[in-house]
Amino acid sequence: MRAPTSILPLRLDEVSFAAGGRTIVDRVSLVLEAGPRTIILGPNGAGKSVLMRLCHGLLAPTSGRIEWAAAERPGERRRQAMVFQRPVMLRRSAIANVEYALGLAGVAGRERERQAEAALESVGLAHLADRSARVLSGGEQQRLALARAWALRPEVLFLDEPTASLDPGASAEVERIIEAIRAAGTKIVMCTHNLGQARRLGDEILFLHQGRVVERAPAARFFTLPATAEAGAFIQGELPWT
Amino acid sequence: METILDALGDAGRLVAGLDPKLVEIVALSLRVSLSAVVLATALALPLGAAIAVAKFRGRQAVIVILNALMGLPPVVVGLLVYLLLSRAGPLGAMGLLFTPTAMVIAQTILILPIIAALTRQAVDDAWREYQEQLRSLGAGEGSAALTLVWDIRFSLLTAVLAGFGRAAAEVGAVMIVGGNIDGVTRVMTTAIALETSKGDLPLALGLGVILVTLVLALNAAAYTLKEAAQRRYG
Repeated sequence: MRAPTSILPLRLDEVSFAAGGRTIVDRVSLVLEAGPRTIILGPNGAGKSVLMRLCHGLLAPTSGRIEWAAAERPGERRRQAMVFQRPVMLRRSAIANVEYALGLAGVAGRERERQAEAALESVGLAHLADRSARVLSGGEQQRLALARAWALRPEVLFLDEPTASLDPGASAEVERIIEAIRAAGTKIVMCTHNLGQARRLGDEILFLHQGRVVERAPAARFFTLPATAEAGAFIQGELPWT
Repeated sequence: METILDALGDAGRLVAGLDPKLVEIVALSLRVSLSAVVLATALALPLGAAIAVAKFRGRQAVIVILNALMGLPPVVVGLLVYLLLSRAGPLGAMGLLFTPTAMVIAQTILILPIIAALTRQAVDDAWREYQEQLRSLGAGEGSAALTLVWDIRFSLLTAVLAGFGRAAAEVGAVMIVGGNIDGVTRVMTTAIALETSKGDLPLALGLGVILVTLVLALNAAAYTLKEAAQRRYG
């Protein structure tokens, strides 16, 4: 029916979001292209998470327009996915959580089972498939969340501080999985306030400050030669970011 | 004190000997209250879940009213159902007044708001936790509500039990619409009220002991089940 054109690029035109009389995202215009991993950096309260939720369609902008190259229609399989800081698992087995997501995406029967098994395999959780998802450790739950998102073969994967509540070992594992998802052709958009992680995973940096995109640059240049005072201060650790 | 002890002894003999009259009353009680619980649950679960998940004008007011209805006095419900079913009432032609069916109707109305309000609260809490994830995965409102209800099914058991406890323990509604007719509409609570006023303490006490034991046993079973589920599913 429909030509399998990409949903990217994503265009934001003067997008603002206000809640409770406070402007959280302030007239942001940008284009997200397929390819480079985009890291959204910024201090706490800069509006990173809200910007990502606006892009993913979980929040509606107060003003401005958000347009995907191929519009999403309700009831149709989503071609984007999101992994949250704290994974939300249903009270059922690990594999049933992945199968649930695949079911919503319209994958049925034996094929659903097969894809769910493959997704668990790829994040190294195959041996825990039948374990109840909620009793897994934090790191395992986040890997399960990544498997659930990856199983949907999204064109874009949004990640909201996916390692913020994990120990270093679990964080490294999550970073490895994110890299594998990118290698398989998914556009990565991730927000973090972890500079090391941004350096390791980022191709380009979107620096947010007080709801505005203050700077956008290739990662290498952003970290060596930040163009704005705010970004410079942030890299130097002069802005609060924990 | 002696009369009480005597009565307790007689009550014990009635229960132990499975006195036919006592068994009949207990059986009818269970039939009426369990039917009411099944009916009310079938209506209240979807209703409570819908109110929790849907966005509509006046939602706050509906929630306040629903919560207030939890305290509906049984005699008032009895009176309303009586007016509906009495010969001159709109449903009088069905001839349901003073039948177990009328009692089921009254108890269903009485406990529906309890189960619905508790369901609404539980689903609301779960919705807060799950909503972004479910919407991110592309779940529509209806399918999200179903997922939630299934995911918290063991918590909802508590809501259903609260409804059963209320139905089994109330006197006012069944007394008015049932009439406490011996062998037809006499249930545990109405029998206790009657036998106590007649001075037949053994039967009243025996029924009282059974009623309390029943409610205790059911709650213990539900608690055990919920604990087991918690350990299994987290």
